Amino acid sequence: MAKFLQRLQSPSGERPGAAWWAFVVIASLILALLPQTLGLAQLLDLSVVLVLALLALSMSFLWGYIGILSFGQTAFFGTGGYVYAVAAMNFDSTTLPFLLGIVLPMLLAAVLGYFMVYGKLSDIYFSVMTLVITLIMNKAMRATSGSQYVVGDVRLNGQNGIPGVPPLQVPWNPEVTLFIDHVYYLAAALLILVYIGLRLLLTTSFGRVMIGIRENEQRIELLGYDARRYKLLAFILSGALAGLSGTMFAIWGNFVAPEMFGLDRAAEVIIWVIVGGKATLIGPIVGVGIIQYLTSWLGMQGVGQVTLVLGVILIVFVLAFKDGLVPTLGNLLLRLVGADPESRIKKGSDLEKGSDL
Amino acid sequence: MKLSRRQFTRLASGGLAFASLQGTLSTAGLAQEKPIKIANILDQTGGLNIYSLKQMKAVAMATDEINKAGGLLGRPLELIFYDAQSSNQLYSQYATQALLRDEVDVIHGGVTSSSREVIRPIVGRFKGLYVYNSLYEGGVCDRRHVSTGMVPGQQLDALCPYVVKELGGKKGYILAADYNYGHITSKWLQKYIRDLGGEDLAVEFIPLDVSNFSSVIARIQDAKPDVVWSALVGAAHMSFYRQFHATIGTDEMMLASTTYSIGREHVELAPEEGKGIILATSFYDGLDTPAANDFVRRFKEYTGENDYIGEYGEGGYRGMALWAEAVRRAGSAEPDAVMDALGGTSVEGAGGLYTIDGQTNHTVMNIHVAVQDDKQEFEAIRTFDQMPPIDTQLVCNLNENPNDTTQYEVQLD
Amino acid sequence: MDSLMVYVYQIAFSFSILILISLGLALIFGMMKVINLAQGEFLMLGAYFCVLGSNLGLPLWLAMFAAGLGVGLVGVIVERTVIRFLYGRVLDTLLATWGISLFLMGIVTTIAGPQSQSVPSNMGPVNFGGLNVPGYSLVMIVAALLMLAGTYAIWRFTNLGLLVRGTMQNPEMARALGTNTSMIYMFTFGFGSAITGLAGALLVPLFGASPTMGSFYISKAFITVISGGPWPLIGTVSASGLYGVIDGVVSYELSPVLAEICVLFVAVVMLRLLPQGITGRMRKGI
Repeated sequence: MAKFLQRLQSPSGERPGAAWWAFVVIASLILALLPQTLGLAQLLDLSVVLVLALLALSMSFLWGYIGILSFGQTAFFGTGGYVYAVAAMNFDSTTLPFLLGIVLPMLLAAVLGYFMVYGKLSDIYFSVMTLVITLIMNKAMRATSGSQYVVGDVRLNGQNGIPGVPPLQVPWNPEVTLFIDHVYYLAAALLILVYIGLRLLLTTSFGRVMIGIRENEQRIELLGYDARRYKLLAFILSGALAGLSGTMFAIWGNFVAPEMFGLDRAAEVIIWVIVGGKATLIGPIVGVGIIQYLTSWLGMQGVGQVTLVLGVILIVFVLAFKDGLVPTLGNLLLRLVGADPESRIKKGSDLEKGSDL
Repeated sequence: MKLSRRQFTRLASGGLAFASLQGTLSTAGLAQEKPIKIANILDQTGGLNIYSLKQMKAVAMATDEINKAGGLLGRPLELIFYDAQSSNQLYSQYATQALLRDEVDVIHGGVTSSSREVIRPIVGRFKGLYVYNSLYEGGVCDRRHVSTGMVPGQQLDALCPYVVKELGGKKGYILAADYNYGHITSKWLQKYIRDLGGEDLAVEFIPLDVSNFSSVIARIQDAKPDVVWSALVGAAHMSFYRQFHATIGTDEMMLASTTYSIGREHVELAPEEGKGIILATSFYDGLDTPAANDFVRRFKEYTGENDYIGEYGEGGYRGMALWAEAVRRAGSAEPDAVMDALGGTSVEGAGGLYTIDGQTNHTVMNIHVAVQDDKQEFEAIRTFDQMPPIDTQLVCNLNENPNDTTQYEVQLD
Repeated sequence: MDSLMVYVYQIAFSFSILILISLGLALIFGMMKVINLAQGEFLMLGAYFCVLGSNLGLPLWLAMFAAGLGVGLVGVIVERTVIRFLYGRVLDTLLATWGISLFLMGIVTTIAGPQSQSVPSNMGPVNFGGLNVPGYSLVMIVAALLMLAGTYAIWRFTNLGLLVRGTMQNPEMARALGTNTSMIYMFTFGFGSAITGLAGALLVPLFGASPTMGSFYISKAFITVISGGPWPLIGTVSASGLYGVIDGVVSYELSPVLAEICVLFVAVVMLRLLPQGITGRMRKGI
């Protein structure tokens, strides 16, 4: 048991072992079978968790693996959603809009990332800049209430957002559109693919350079790698992921609104990642699940101010469980079965180092 | 019944409303009957809760009263409250949950137009019924949706002639919140002012988070209008009234508003800051009719609170009363049956007679024009009886197109 | 001539608001490299304390000072219970203060309710260049200048200010010379919070107090401080001056929305040119 757990948490950068693959297969099976037992309303709740998990991954991947803290992933999330909504309402088919919802945020990330990475913004300014960017986009989107703000046939509608976003069609049969359970399957499949993809990415030389940058950017530069290029590429990839999440969100809820760019959503992303654990890939997914179900449950209890509870959670985690739930619980589990959690971490290296999950 | 805050949240969330009645229900022989379920989705948390808190309680009170009086069609009512926390995502989740998991017979709630537009397609998809108890920009044409609040047409049809003709407010300067409500209301304002022979000097749209009006007020002084029309909304825009009072004042220039008092603005401003502001609303607490006085007394007794209720609060009670009457007329709580009985449903409420107009599923109501005195209360000026939702009637006819679900925007020009 | 006076007033008013909302943030950031995301909520607390004091019967100006002291105390508590454990972890302080911001917003809404509240200044309008302006707004402009001067005086001429500046420039050296740097940090955070609280109280007569008011100001305060750079006083004054001119002129000539967009645009261009802010290249400053 101890050995299994240890193997599951082996340091990143190595090829994932059989234990990890077993975990992925079991998780996929569970996700595939859940619709048999859950009602449509519960599937809808679960789907949004899966969709938002993509957004959480886009942020934790940047933060946990290359050490860039972007507060503004919501800029790409919102862009993805709006691009899909506007394109799908203008075109007959939804396949191209789906792809545009990923590609355009990616381009946006490329342009913004170029200015910020090659402009040598320091870490903290980078974080604040990304936050300011998403707030500007939020403000800009809210200012489009007038009838002159039209893209094609679609009113941008300002504060109110765009309702009635078309559901996704099956590419080879546009007559058929995805219903709640289909959206769930799509979201689950995308999340699993992204999870596997990101995990395998870390085993490539690209991934190892990324981790190197997080550990010591100067050393990587001295080794002859252009750290800025890697940072920019990672930022673009995370933009694409956030865009995918936004596109799926628009498909999930059939609406987009400026709140997708807003401060509340940006704060939520941080809370998910912090609560789940930033240096793992599974942590943020767990974080989204916990926080989403918590807010939705609190909303039915009539407890009053939900933000108050979220604020306390954030403070407690930053102060006491800085690594997040998944690594903390993982280490606890290792201790319980008698293994030394520290043994898998080489002396002198950063405790925040990622685990296999 | 004096309730603490804690008890109250439980009450508003439905638990207590039902539990407290077990005694009544068993004596009435109702306890065994399958309850009729009502969902109320509003924002107890977040930036919009100012509009929701009284409405939550009013819906709970209506539920309680109906249960005490023996239920509806011999069945008790069960109220489920959902706090959407000012997030459209939660509106979407809760509306689906309410219809699919909790299997409610009707959904009340929603504050903003965006939340309504999130709920409406879901209600359409799962064949539910939705009652929206808020003033809004008008134009929604959907048989599964009932609007019980004011729309600009009926409100301005009362307010504009009074201000332009009788008070001589020919030259108007329009300030509106920068979102759909403000844009559409300002178009109607311009139309009414011009039709009445007045002049609209300028229209300015103010983003919802702008609270510094010093440049706007400077421009108003440059333009020298007779009257400033305000369709401002939300906490930031409250500063306008403060800054207007500190520079120009209602003694020098008239200030008329379509939104004032609805968000309880007058209670939040100091008495002298709100004095003289003219408004039009379908309900305000000081409306001195037996029905209004009785409602205010019962609401205060029920909640143990002693502050202003206003249109948003009364709207929740109004929506429940209209829906319950439609259920009685239909003889069933099934959404499709109630939907057919909506047109012509009529109740005598706190603000006067409310009747659902079957052509639009909007509500015909009295509009009261009033002016604020120096004690944070309103003096009645005139009541315009039974104003129809004329703007929505121009674009919507559910009798001819029963499958319509569009929100139309009226094209003026 | 008249319109020149209008411009002077609009610019001075915009400038003073920027100073009020960002000075405390700038002091804390410049001194301690802590970005306080709860700045907006500290302003909000100041406003609420002022309303509370006034409701308890204090004269308005006294209620404002009490509000400043009260928020300063809150700042000290926050520093002792949270920030103290996070020095040197810039991003973690950012996250923790974000949590504090959510917490304060929730707690104030729970206690005071969602509606806004206000205390009128009872000062009539003043004619300024042919237009009426709130007499109280002139008080705000003067107060902003006094706060700058007061902060400068404390920093420059008192013993305490010397210790603070020393700690700011080289904490190890200060510690080696026997300064209790932990106390200095606590004092600075408390002082910055108190200034913010006073500023929030000063906003009440014209802007009111509401639980969400922090969010109206937070991005402006940030842009001002980040543009200002590492030296809190010079940075805040110069950035507020720049943005005050843009905001004052554009919002009077065109609209408040365009003014905000112009300010953001200039901020982005400037950060590309001067990534460390206006005072980023300065060796010495205050």
